[in-house]
Amino acid sequence: MYPENLYYTKDHEWLKVEGDEAIIGITDFAQKQLGDIIYVDLPQVGKVVEAHQSIASVESVKSVSDVFSPVSGEVMAVNEALSQTPDVINKDPHGEGWIVRIRIKNKEELNSLLKAADYEKYLEGLEH
Amino acid sequence: MSYIPISDRDKKEMLAKIGVNSVEELFSSIPENVRLKQELNLPAPLSEMEVLDYFTEKGKKNDFSRYLHFLGGGAYEHFIPAVVDYLSSRSEFVTPYTPYQPEVSQGTLQAIFEFQTLICQLTGLDIANASLYDGATGAAEAILMGYRLKNKKRLLVASNVNPQYREVIYTYTKNLGLEMVEIPYDKTGKIDQAGLTASLNDDTSVLLCQSPNYFGVIEDIRSLAELAHNQGALLAVVISEPVSLGLLEAPGKLGADIVTGEAQSFGLPLSFGGPFLGFMACRKEFVRQMPGRIAGQTVDVEGRRGFVLTLSTREQHIRREKATSNICTNQAHCALRATIFLETLGREGLKKLAWLNLQKAAYAAEQLTSLPGVSRKFTGQVFNEFVLEFPDCWEKIDKKLQEKGILGGLALGHHYTGLENCALITVTEVHNKEKIDAYVQALKEVLA
Amino acid sequence: MINLIREPLIFEISSPGKSAVRLPELDVPEKKDLLSGVPLRDDIEGFPEVSETELTRHFVRLSQMNYCVDFGFYPLGSCTMKYNPKINEKVAAMPAFTMGHPLLPEDLVQGNLELMKFLEKLLLEITGMEAITLQPAAGAHGELTGMMLIRAYHTAQGNPRKYVLIPDSAHGTNPSSAHLCGYIVKEIKSNERGTVSVEDLEKEMTEEVAALMLTNPNTLGVFESDICQIADIVHAKGGFLYMDGANLNAMVGVARPGDMKVDVLHLNLHKTFSTPHGGGGPGSGPVAVKKILEPFLPVPVIEEKDGRFHLNYNRPLSIGRVKSFYGQFLVMLKALAYILTLGPQGLREVAEVAVLNSNYIRKSLEGIYHLKYETPTLHECVFSDKFQKEYGVSNLDISKRLLDYGLHPPTMSFPLIVHGALMIEPTETESKRDLDLFIEAMKAIAEEAREKPELLKTAPHVTYVRRLDEVQAARNPVLRWEKTS
Repeated sequence: MYPENLYYTKDHEWLKVEGDEAIIGITDFAQKQLGDIIYVDLPQVGKVVEAHQSIASVESVKSVSDVFSPVSGEVMAVNEALSQTPDVINKDPHGEGWIVRIRIKNKEELNSLLKAADYEKYLEGLEH
Repeated sequence: MSYIPISDRDKKEMLAKIGVNSVEELFSSIPENVRLKQELNLPAPLSEMEVLDYFTEKGKKNDFSRYLHFLGGGAYEHFIPAVVDYLSSRSEFVTPYTPYQPEVSQGTLQAIFEFQTLICQLTGLDIANASLYDGATGAAEAILMGYRLKNKKRLLVASNVNPQYREVIYTYTKNLGLEMVEIPYDKTGKIDQAGLTASLNDDTSVLLCQSPNYFGVIEDIRSLAELAHNQGALLAVVISEPVSLGLLEAPGKLGADIVTGEAQSFGLPLSFGGPFLGFMACRKEFVRQMPGRIAGQTVDVEGRRGFVLTLSTREQHIRREKATSNICTNQAHCALRATIFLETLGREGLKKLAWLNLQKAAYAAEQLTSLPGVSRKFTGQVFNEFVLEFPDCWEKIDKKLQEKGILGGLALGHHYTGLENCALITVTEVHNKEKIDAYVQALKEVLA
Repeated sequence: MINLIREPLIFEISSPGKSAVRLPELDVPEKKDLLSGVPLRDDIEGFPEVSETELTRHFVRLSQMNYCVDFGFYPLGSCTMKYNPKINEKVAAMPAFTMGHPLLPEDLVQGNLELMKFLEKLLLEITGMEAITLQPAAGAHGELTGMMLIRAYHTAQGNPRKYVLIPDSAHGTNPSSAHLCGYIVKEIKSNERGTVSVEDLEKEMTEEVAALMLTNPNTLGVFESDICQIADIVHAKGGFLYMDGANLNAMVGVARPGDMKVDVLHLNLHKTFSTPHGGGGPGSGPVAVKKILEPFLPVPVIEEKDGRFHLNYNRPLSIGRVKSFYGQFLVMLKALAYILTLGPQGLREVAEVAVLNSNYIRKSLEGIYHLKYETPTLHECVFSDKFQKEYGVSNLDISKRLLDYGLHPPTMSFPLIVHGALMIEPTETESKRDLDLFIEAMKAIAEEAREKPELLKTAPHVTYVRRLDEVQAARNPVLRWEKTS
């Protein structure tokens, strides 16, 4: 279910490393919890964030969820397609539904993130 | 009489079901030491007849009906067609809650949707909300909205904006570390452009002006918008007499980004100042920073059109401390009245109403200024209010006019130094020629 | 009847040349070119044109699509949907009150000022507080005003302080109002009883905390029994206890916030004091305080001297104005008429029957719907959809199905500490017959959830419109009518 090549957080973000950069989105579990996504508040390119800081927010009809950056860095690009079709996150959360691309400031921060198997185990715990 | 339909027998049955012996027991979670030991010290209950008598008696202490008044300044007397009272007082409009269950609230929701449309048509902007408390809080919300959109701490407010609105803006902004700068007016009564240029810099979020302003003078919105936009700021326009929009070009079409104001003129009685009706409209791209409720159109599962409250993630019940405003209950029923009022007047009616106001005010100004020593204070063009300067302190003249049964205008000296001899005079369609002439005659006698 | 007709928007039935009003002809000489140089409009594009008959039918039909208290049971939790007495409306429609301009000379509005002052006095007695402003327009506006008073006090002491503590069960307006007043909100956890955790409060309460905002009884309907201890903890660090009076109906005439060491309290005249909600306002949100905060009240304040009433603007410590003029005057009159009609015993009976009705419902539905907190409740009770979730049925489905039974649903999904909440506040307005109708409907729906869950998931079935697509409404907002050529 959860791709092996991604990192995960307990706040239900995923992160994919591509060289010095990382792509960030929310997990399938998160999109299901939110339901139909109607709006994504994207950051400005160039914004600098610390790990665990809010980098974007995702809205459904009756809720707003912050997307926390799993690592520190600078926003290099945002998924502009989401402003027109935010439901891409519902359809393909781990692919086309990516939210931001950031330049990673400190690769060591990756060590504190979850692997797919750990995340799945964490989710099992939540369901009980 | 407590409007309670539970009999003693019902009570017994219900207590038995609950499994307690007395109603008192149900309050056991309230500690003994904070419970009232005696009855509240309130007047003994009155019958309906007595209540009516009581209020009738107190009403008689309001001794204004024998006066002819020319007061405005943010609260206007206009004719209210009978259908407005009749239709708006139906139980189905008066006694529901906020339309949180859209399937059984389509009446309220469709009326809000029509209200939003009317406000958009009048202001020339893309979207409008369901209402705000009043013009003053609307002005404060517009300032805060401008700040959220631009994120710069400098906020410009024209000094010829209604003084009460400015006070409320100040109360709202002073705790937030924002810098509010007042812009002077010139001899036309409009914003002083040199003063504006001096204060407007690229650290400015928003310029807020009123048109017609507190002196009744129509501002040059197009050039204010240009000046603001050139510095990257927004222009917010406050309208406290929206009947003027029956004649004047829509501010949105002249470059205003946010238009807010007071719609009491649309079918709400003066009511000693409340309830009134705040409104707000803005450009489409600002919708996510709009305060307050918004109704939107959608379809039901069978594909039929229906209306819901939408974009609620802006609001306090979802976004909590990050909401665009803390407003919850607004002025829905007042907005309904305004909707009925505007739809009663319609396209030609509102235009004619505005024209009557303009003409009567012009006639009154002309007649009053034909008296020796009375002149227009400002040269700018006006709608239904104007400032006159008198040969003596207005308060003295006012007093003498009152002795003749005329409330001739509002003093300006409390709020503006140098205008002690001036008054703000308002004339609407309720003033027929006879009334205006009576004012002129009385003033003539007072000045003689 | 209304289900047979689809009522268009007024703009869609408009046709040129129609009007529902005749205005008088101009009776002064017309002047040409009055506004030369000013940009004028040629037209009000799209503005409707209808006759009075069409207009009347339009609004009568719209009205028939609404559910309202005058029609039936309206158990919205924390909203206090009680009956709105008709005498109140009559009083508030008297020309002596509706015709007065707010800037008339004080001598000419002595009746208005006297009534406002009298309402202030009665509200102070009812709440046990010491000073009051009637200016705020609604509950949330009252909260903001109350927080401004607190901030003004702290500022006068040299430090406005940084934080406001708010329990996790609070209404969203509380954090929003505190934030708008420049404070950072810190959440206080509820304990297993559903009340404020005193330990958590002790930990969080510092000399940088301006106030604790507390709803009492809270949004679960539970009275905060530790209220005096809570007040002591807050006061020990120089903070204020702010009480949200949204739920005052539960204790009016039985206990007074002022006697519980509350420093600031806002009231909702449109809840406790029977003024109608009007489909979302106007309300009125007076704020009552202890003496120590009196100097900071908004201007003007009404003062009485030798039987004359006077508006005092000269209050150097005042937070200033929060609204134009003096507040929602006509709403105040309705509340005053209500208090005068009920008298002290009547008001107490309000709380007693509100609490009785709520407990009757709670007892009748216990076991059928899940009750997260076992703690005794006053005027409202909060069930959840936990049992029905087993059949894939949510609180939303239950609520929508209630509409088919001709009943208004409870408040949904609030407070946030109860998942799938159904928050029921019957108020004293309901007869036993109406309570039983609701209870029977809720039982039948629980049965349907087991037997025919689809029936609930597709509800409502018999309303003017059925379930509406809120996702589409938010994704592609259509917020006004526009002419399609």
